Amino acid sequence: MIGFAALVVLLPFAAALAGMLLGRRLRPALVAVVPMGLATVVSAGIAVTQWAQPGVRAGTLTMVHTAAVPIGVSLEVNGLAADVALMVCCVALAVQVYSVAYVHERYSSYAAFVSLFTAAMLLVVYAGDLLVLYVGWEVMGVCSYFLIGHHWEDRANSRAAVKAFLVTRIGDVGFLFGIFVLGLGAHTFSIDGVLAAPLSHTTMVTGTLLLLAGVAGKSAQFPLHTWLPDAMAGPTPISALIHAATMVAAGIYVVARLYPVFPAASLAVLGIMAAISMLGAALAALAQDDLKRVLAYSTISQLGFMAAGLAVGSRDAAVFHLLTHGAFKAVLFLGAGCVIGVTGSNLLRDMGGLRLMPFTFWSMTIGYAALAGLPPASGFFSKDAIIEAAQSSVFSTPMPRTASSLGGALPGWCAWIIYLTLLVTVLLTGAYAMRAWLLTFFGEPRGTYEIREAGPLMRWPLAALAAPALLLGWYAVFSGELRPHFGSAALALLLALAGAGVVFLIWNQDPALDPARRLPAPLARAFQRAFYLDEVYTVAIVRPAVALAMFVAIADHKVIDAGVEGTATGARGLAGVLRRAQNGNPQTYLTGLLAGVALIALAVVILT
Amino acid sequence: MISIVLLVVPLAGALLLFVPGVDRRWYGVGVSGVTLAVALGAAAGFGYGHPGRMQYGVNAAWAPAIGLRFHLGIDGISLPLVVLTALLTFLCFVYSLRYPPSGRLFTALLLVLEVGLLGTFLALDLVLFFVFFEVVLIPMYAIIALWGGPGRRRAAYKFILYTLLGSGFLLVGILLIGVNAGTLDMVALAQRHGAGLSHGVQVTAFLLVGLGLAVKAPMWPLHTWLPDAHTEAPTVGSVLLAGVLLKMGTYGFIRIAVPMAPAGASVWAPWLGLLAAIGIVYGALACLAQNDLKRMIAYSSVGHMGFVLLGIATLTPVGLNAALFGNIAHGLITGLLFFLAGSVKERYGTGELSGIGGGMLSKAPRLGAILTFACVASLGLPGLAGFWGEMLALLGSYQPAPGLPRATFLTFMALGGLGAVLTAAYFLRLLSAITHGPSIRKAPVAALNRYEYLAWVPLIALTLAVGLWPKALLDLTTAPVQLLLGGGR
Repeated sequence: MIGFAALVVLLPFAAALAGMLLGRRLRPALVAVVPMGLATVVSAGIAVTQWAQPGVRAGTLTMVHTAAVPIGVSLEVNGLAADVALMVCCVALAVQVYSVAYVHERYSSYAAFVSLFTAAMLLVVYAGDLLVLYVGWEVMGVCSYFLIGHHWEDRANSRAAVKAFLVTRIGDVGFLFGIFVLGLGAHTFSIDGVLAAPLSHTTMVTGTLLLLAGVAGKSAQFPLHTWLPDAMAGPTPISALIHAATMVAAGIYVVARLYPVFPAASLAVLGIMAAISMLGAALAALAQDDLKRVLAYSTISQLGFMAAGLAVGSRDAAVFHLLTHGAFKAVLFLGAGCVIGVTGSNLLRDMGGLRLMPFTFWSMTIGYAALAGLPPASGFFSKDAIIEAAQSSVFSTPMPRTASSLGGALPGWCAWIIYLTLLVTVLLTGAYAMRAWLLTFFGEPRGTYEIREAGPLMRWPLAALAAPALLLGWYAVFSGELRPHFGSAALALLLALAGAGVVFLIWNQDPALDPARRLPAPLARAFQRAFYLDEVYTVAIVRPAVALAMFVAIADHKVIDAGVEGTATGARGLAGVLRRAQNGNPQTYLTGLLAGVALIALAVVILT
Repeated sequence: MISIVLLVVPLAGALLLFVPGVDRRWYGVGVSGVTLAVALGAAAGFGYGHPGRMQYGVNAAWAPAIGLRFHLGIDGISLPLVVLTALLTFLCFVYSLRYPPSGRLFTALLLVLEVGLLGTFLALDLVLFFVFFEVVLIPMYAIIALWGGPGRRRAAYKFILYTLLGSGFLLVGILLIGVNAGTLDMVALAQRHGAGLSHGVQVTAFLLVGLGLAVKAPMWPLHTWLPDAHTEAPTVGSVLLAGVLLKMGTYGFIRIAVPMAPAGASVWAPWLGLLAAIGIVYGALACLAQNDLKRMIAYSSVGHMGFVLLGIATLTPVGLNAALFGNIAHGLITGLLFFLAGSVKERYGTGELSGIGGGMLSKAPRLGAILTFACVASLGLPGLAGFWGEMLALLGSYQPAPGLPRATFLTFMALGGLGAVLTAAYFLRLLSAITHGPSIRKAPVAALNRYEYLAWVPLIALTLAVGLWPKALLDLTTAPVQLLLGGGR
């Protein structure tokens, strides 16, 4: 079993190596797609085995002895990992197929990086050791950097790529330190070992808070979320794979994987981060001009949903939403790729009337319905599970935490904040989803483009992902814990419909105009700039760092090196003084000699 | 015996150059190739079951009147460094087939340099160590002074005077240890762990030896010779300077200062850690503001060697492992970076970032891609060599040796983490500036030639191999490192 898991990781890795080394000599599309297809089949086999016979299957290739805590090169398959890996493989396969038609420039290097990314993500999912997980975690980050900057001719893309890498790297340093705290506390880096170890409460709080820094970076949560909207500079299939379905979900996955070591204090922090992220991002999504940026902010917001689910104690609900979101957000991005392919613009104001692209229209409609949480699309069920969990954490005894009784329940005020924010966000989600849907597909075309459906290589992956985006939710109906509850489901549905309805009514007054025009101007600007956080970071962090760097460079030359060179000048100066005595005049020498003898004689007389 | 062959081959190669007519184009490649083969033979025949034991030992009387012995040997600590030295020298000769400098004098100097470097890592007698340590200086001085850039003379003087000053301290420290302990045998001294040396002697000896080695490493604030030397040195000079010469300092710490004066090490370790941590952040900040490719890579060495020194300062087995791993990784990656910088300068006629302008990935895609690889490796991406040394150094400072102030080292760890972020920042800035964007050059840029491939592919492959399989290196160093620190832990 674990050999098959290794195979799932190694297949895309081999594809990446082959693509990078041999490049165009092979057929890059086949090199990218075929191994990914095989990996998908194998991962499906693993998932089916896991459903049939639940259990933990682990294997260690070797132990790397560091002279402190050893690192185990190990993989582990459990129910969570098997499901998430299958989702990752499916989305990656769809994206690889889609990219064959979508990406024209430097396709072979692009496909190789997508393969490398997929291998890294699968390594994170199947990792049995924290440091193995960290390796995958960082490799994902660098692949994200390369792919965002795929069109590096444009300096703006290059900047976006650098920003994405650096912001996440800040979090990753904290993540690594968190691994140290937990690993040295438990005397093992093995994930199961850490979960089973009797850790002190302080260790758990410190370790998990540090991990959360990395989670905030990767999963684009406040305050490290600012890279994600800019990351939309990358090719659209990349946004679907990395910046919607998989990499950004890795942070949520890690919290879910290590859930038993997260004490209530850390979950409260996660919950507050999630609340700020989901609400702020939903507001920002409401006013964006760029379709991809709408989707990016919506991703931040939905990741906040998952984090909130974790915070209120329902790991299953959070993971369920992770899976459905992976499907429907990938659909939305791939659909956006088709739309952008036709209109030649990312801007909503250049779109309109595109419902004549039936595949794209219906797939994205399913995607938006799932995003807004409308039945029967999958998002309705997964969102409801989270809201239900939050509701019960507010109104009744706290949900029993899986495998952990430590730390007690979430503080009441924190649960309230999360619950209310969830409800407001549902309302806003309905609104911005409706706005994007209407502006893209309805009204008159606002540009001079010829509307035609995308080619089969783009169309079919879209449709293939739309099926789970529509149907995955029904899993909840048949499961125990995640089954929809009438109260919370009705409330959420009403709120979503209210948000969507208001936008529809405004739009209906004049379908040519953007419904967001009704927002007061200063508010609209603040939403559009995402509350000016980028500007704040520029002033507070970037500029001081650059100034400090300039200062160091100058100080190195003017102070430290000047000190060193000063010794040379000083030595020469001193030599100049001493040289006066060595002037070659015997008379002076003789005088000096006699004076010396006299001094010594005097000293002998006085001192003895 | 093989230890002697390792020294004799390059030395004989250098001496043979006095014979007229020997100086052929492939001569240097041949001699260094044979040396590399011998080094690989040593690696192949090495007893991996006992990496802590000295192997291939040679121990002959040299100057019996003052107790000097010609004592050589290889253990798990020196083996990787010996192979790295032989490999980098060989690759430098390969690179010189195409790019200046070359010629009889240059070949001879490079071979003598190799003798000194190999000897430093093989020597097991304190004075012998010092002799080889000094042998290195003259050829490097000459290489910078004869074939360097416009400011070569000044840079070469600074290099040699600064490091000679350090050597003075080193010699006094070594003699202090030798005279008080009554032996110069490094193996015996390391096994005693300072027994027989008073506390005061140990504190003084560590300070003196440490000062001498810190100049070489280089440790902040004794680093200012390095940017000048690197900027002015010809490409192969920079490669060997960064790739191997700097390691002599950190190797000395691990082989001499820490095991022979452990009490002194405990006293000075927090200070060493502080300067190392400052070096990490300072080096990264200085890089962020550089406009010259070679100067920037030189400052990046200050930061990377800061991680190595931080590992040493923790006085833990994992910290020393980190230092040794970092040594090798830095040798591979920074060696590659300096090769690349040389080739970029060769093609663009300038090493200024603003002069190169951008668009290298479109004008010279292979060069740009390899430069990207090297930068990403250097910023410490897991899965490539650079990561493990840094990660283990930080791990060591999370839990330093008992008796060291834990909170202080936690601060150093945090500073190291900040340095890791800044390191990523300046490398990505570099890549953005020269590989991305539109190209301002009209003229085409020459594609990579076969000498460049030959010189670089081994480094790329090893960076990947060591990064993906760190166990290979860690298994070599763990046992001897534990012996040096007194076994137990």
